[in-house]
Amino acid sequence: MTPDFAQRHLLGTRSLTAPEITALLDRADRYAAVNRSADKKLSVLTGRTVVNLFYENSTRTRTSFELAAKRLGADVVNMQTGASSVAKGETLIDTAATLNAMHPDVLVVRHQDSGAVSLLSQKVNCAVVNAGDGKHEHPTQGLLDALTIRRRKGRLAGLRVAICGDVLHSRVARSNIHLLTTMGAEVRLVAPRTLCIPGAESMGVEVFHDLRKGIADCDIVMMLRIQNERMSSGYIPSTREYFRFFGLDREKLAAAKPDALVMHPGPMNRGVEIDSDIADDVERSLIREQVEMGVAVRMAVLETVTRNLARELGQPWGTEA
Amino acid sequence: MKPVSGKTAFVNARLLDPASGLDDLGGVLAEGERIAAFGPEVVEGALPADAEIVDCRGLCLAPGLVDMRVHLCEPGAEHKETIASAGRAAVAGGVTAMACLPNTDPVIDNDAVVEFVARRARLAGLSKVYPYGAATKGTEGVEIAEIGLLAESGAVAFTDGTRAVGSAAVMNRLLSYAASFGLLIVQHPEEPTLAGGDMNAGETAGRLGLSGIPPAAEWIMLERDLRLVEATGARYHAAHISTAESVEIVRRAKAKGLSVTCDCAPPYYLLTEAAVGEFRTFAKLSPPLRKESDRAALIEGLKDGTIDCVASDHCPQDADSKRKTFHDAEFGGVGVQTLLAATLELSRKGGLGLLDALAKVTANPARVLGLPLGRLLVGGPADLVVFDPHRAWTVSADTLLSKSKNSPFDETEMTGIVARTVVDGRSVYIGAEAFV
Repeated sequence: MTPDFAQRHLLGTRSLTAPEITALLDRADRYAAVNRSADKKLSVLTGRTVVNLFYENSTRTRTSFELAAKRLGADVVNMQTGASSVAKGETLIDTAATLNAMHPDVLVVRHQDSGAVSLLSQKVNCAVVNAGDGKHEHPTQGLLDALTIRRRKGRLAGLRVAICGDVLHSRVARSNIHLLTTMGAEVRLVAPRTLCIPGAESMGVEVFHDLRKGIADCDIVMMLRIQNERMSSGYIPSTREYFRFFGLDREKLAAAKPDALVMHPGPMNRGVEIDSDIADDVERSLIREQVEMGVAVRMAVLETVTRNLARELGQPWGTEA
Repeated sequence: MKPVSGKTAFVNARLLDPASGLDDLGGVLAEGERIAAFGPEVVEGALPADAEIVDCRGLCLAPGLVDMRVHLCEPGAEHKETIASAGRAAVAGGVTAMACLPNTDPVIDNDAVVEFVARRARLAGLSKVYPYGAATKGTEGVEIAEIGLLAESGAVAFTDGTRAVGSAAVMNRLLSYAASFGLLIVQHPEEPTLAGGDMNAGETAGRLGLSGIPPAAEWIMLERDLRLVEATGARYHAAHISTAESVEIVRRAKAKGLSVTCDCAPPYYLLTEAAVGEFRTFAKLSPPLRKESDRAALIEGLKDGTIDCVASDHCPQDADSKRKTFHDAEFGGVGVQTLLAATLELSRKGGLGLLDALAKVTANPARVLGLPLGRLLVGGPADLVVFDPHRAWTVSADTLLSKSKNSPFDETEMTGIVARTVVDGRSVYIGAEAFV
């Protein structure tokens, strides 16, 4: 039996070991099969409460967590901060204390500040899952990307993966860097210097500033979303210039391996970081499969942290999936 | 507070006076508020009959510390610190004089606020307080404050405190104008357009996903200012320099003969950005903690005299200001109470002689600010500290007397503890352990 991830919180991929990642991916793989079957409702988390606390707007991640929790049989509450007491000035710590008093089992938290989810996790008794904190980490995205790659390529170790675009502002990039390097993949970052992580080499990656060179002989080309405010704040001059040099189209993709696959965490800016021709090519693009694996990975994570919480509290835990 | 009229003899001490290089067994005789005699001959048996005797039992006796950069938070942020609470922390740390920054509400940019601070400090009757005047009105960096009038009412030097004077045109005029009065301008050297981040730009910021403040923000401002100092002939002091490059820039400026001085705060020469760990907001300082190579260069700068002074950069923040995400948390750390221990640490780990290290917190800041303090002088104020340089204590919310507990050294052990602090001949602090 593989040594499972035993923590009550999932705050990032940096602290995960290879066996823990493998165990989570194996479990998610089984849920992927469940999700494709007709009856998707399980009772693993029956009686448990999952609260989605989102300080940043998100449709896909919140929906993915909500579906994952519901398919496991949990009760789900969604809190969008625009309509809550947070808009009235309540601090993060006070919100944490308030929610904690309602005895949820899992808090799924997204916040615009790096480190916010870790801070909140120190103030609650339930399990906490990081659904994205600032530019820091987005561990379930890293896991779902890894699962998607593993299902197509059969492995992670030894693959050459290029993460391209606005890595500086990307929590997805950081979670993927930690996870993929831990699993033995060779990770490259491709970005203009203004959008690169300073000192990225210390994270065990190779840095390129030319897209064709960066993706040369890569198995996976992972594109990141570029946000409009990056133009206004002077990181890059314009979307058209960005697409000219860092946007992925079929011609540039030819530099990668002939069987290279393309990924994107979404939502995409078509014609800015990725050409529709590539994004919609079912032979090359894994984008829809990433979304599918997202639900499976989040089911695996929710189940694991809830089980770990129960173990910590000495509560009974039913049959394992 | 009534002036002291009697005589007190502090005897049987290791007498340290950085200004004169004195390191010998002896004592100090205070008469009223002044030093009447000091040296090896001040011993029991050779004292006036009416002198009260304090046996220092071989501990160190030195001039009280002059901390040239503290935030007192009063007026305006009394929930973080008051002149009285900072005074209690100061005297517990052997600090007998503090120069306080003008970043209060209202700002210290007119003589009324100078008077207010002076009066509150007199009422507290602990550490002496010397206010900085704002360099520009409201510390807005646009119009020069009434620095002549402020100087007349007691402001020791002029600075916008935590805010850099960003405009080159304003700084140029400010230095020119100040030079006509011979007044000192103190700058927080940080180019504002490069300073939007939360911690030092580098690997740690990159990994944590925090916005970085590049070292260049500091040395660009220093280089600019020093050109203007050269052109105007003004007196200039760079506060809390934090990068290796800055040490080199100041070193070159001094070699050129410019009238420039600078200080460093203990966190910058004792800690690095590694102290941020996983988003530890007590390590969120301005300027940010830098790399090991910077820390080592600062020690070198302290050793060779490029860096004249050590100042605590005491910046109290209440729990709610720090119990936030790293981005939302306020900058700053308390330090007035740990200044002496951090200076002793500089001597131990930085290889400076004890007197050389103590000079950074006594005679040197007094000289930079033009204050008649920080040295043993017959006829000078009897501002003294008696301390045990070998006794360790743990910095914690329990041991810190400041209203705010945000020390970057929180939960660490420091060595060097104050037994007694004397201001104008009065013992304003006697250590709880009362060994003296």
